[in-house]
Amino acid sequence: MMAAISPQRFPLRVVKLRKTYRTKTALEELSFTVQSGEILGLLGPNGAGKTTTINMILGVLEPTSGSVLIDGIDLSKQRERALAKTNFAAVYAALPGNLTVKENLRFFGLLYGISSLRQRVEELLTEFDLGHLRDAKCGVLSSGEQTRAALAKALLNRPQLLLLDEPTASLDPSAAQLIREKIKTLAARDGCGILWTSHNMNEVEEVCDRVMFLSQGRVLLEGDPKSLPQDHGSPTLEHLFIRVAREPLVTP
Amino acid sequence: MSLRPIAGIVLRQLYLLRGSPVRVFPMVTWVAIDIVLWGFITRYLNSVSGSSVNFIPAMLGGVLLWDFCTRIMQGVSTAFLEDVWSRNFLNLFASPLSISDYIAGLVITSILTSSVGVVVMIVLATGVFHLQFFSMGLPLVAFMMLLFLFGITLGIFAAGLVLRLGPASEWLLWPLPALLSPFAAVFYPLATLPTWMQWIARALPPSYVFEGMRAQLAGGGFPLQLLLGGIAVSAAELFLATYFYARVYKNAVRTGLIARYSAESAA
Repeated sequence: MMAAISPQRFPLRVVKLRKTYRTKTALEELSFTVQSGEILGLLGPNGAGKTTTINMILGVLEPTSGSVLIDGIDLSKQRERALAKTNFAAVYAALPGNLTVKENLRFFGLLYGISSLRQRVEELLTEFDLGHLRDAKCGVLSSGEQTRAALAKALLNRPQLLLLDEPTASLDPSAAQLIREKIKTLAARDGCGILWTSHNMNEVEEVCDRVMFLSQGRVLLEGDPKSLPQDHGSPTLEHLFIRVAREPLVTP
Repeated sequence: MSLRPIAGIVLRQLYLLRGSPVRVFPMVTWVAIDIVLWGFITRYLNSVSGSSVNFIPAMLGGVLLWDFCTRIMQGVSTAFLEDVWSRNFLNLFASPLSISDYIAGLVITSILTSSVGVVVMIVLATGVFHLQFFSMGLPLVAFMMLLFLFGITLGIFAAGLVLRLGPASEWLLWPLPALLSPFAAVFYPLATLPTWMQWIARALPPSYVFEGMRAQLAGGGFPLQLLLGGIAVSAAELFLATYFYARVYKNAVRTGLIARYSAESAA
């Protein structure tokens, strides 16, 4: 159940976000919101603009125009305040391998200005079953353990907005299932808004409350992942994904 | 500025040292070799010169101060390079860490790491070669402050350079102090250099320091004018280096370079 929240205080509000590189348009006036407790799936083929969108929300890529508001705070005007309310985990942004799990959590905890950090680190080590790995260097952990450590880091600041870029990409089905359960619990329990990207359509259907299909920097489709395929004459979400990726749809 | 993020940057470096004590080795080894090598050279020069000139304070003192400056620079740039090597830019710059907090963290890290080398140098130079390092008194504090500022300036400039040109450009950083040393007039008076080199030397704060140090050792009193000149040049260059880094960082955010930085060369 999504919590009622005033429109100005959505965990994420993206308004007419646009990115161009010289003559190439990577993203065309993208607007959407993520509500409290909602998991929004950002889908699309490679090069659709998903990572560009995530990078702009994280403040590591400047939009050509448009704005990003995190919990009502304009990222371009109050970068530190806005980023203190968000966090992320991505397969391509592993934690420094030369620090232990505990050291990484303390390091990032300080960057995020967490008070009672020692206690928070212990909570996360327990929650993600990392207690026995606390003194292991992140570089020697398995993919599943690294993902759990990255998620623990992503939750250090109890973010209003969590960005997860293919969080289960390198995990076995059992580990991926555990991660999905944790994320769903987090959204329901803490009311955290989540933006999730994945190429696994079964996972998206299971986890996301809403999905948005991007192609060539534009939103082609948006809706409930369970009813969207039928609405567009596709038997499954994966089938719909393939159609969208290969040819632009005409929405009914 | 916020204390916690700055403490985070410093703590990370301490964790790295604790996790891999071999990192302490280069902090101590190179400075010790420099002091031993130059200590014996100055002893030899004293024995063959036959003059009343004592080479130890001028040359060994020069080596010690120049190494101090170099260590400060390397302390800043190495702490920055740790983030390059561990491909940590996305995690770092997608956090609430501000540029000023990051630079402050790098500077404090550098103070801590370079102080290890400085202590080793002072102990060796005074214990083995009888350098009366602190006999210069108050000017020494001013000299060291100037060299500290210049080391920070070089470190910030070097970090900006790597951020702009990509990870492979770290190889440009290591020879930087050696490249500047002929102009810094560490071992000889500025007047020894040809005119065009003197012009470059005047743009480098260390030349003011070493000219001042020689003037002081020659009994010329407190070299106030040289120090003021050095402070002015140093402050201007620190401002320019910080401005350069901030511009490069903003450009990297505009183009998405920060997010793509894990590639070997981003140039």
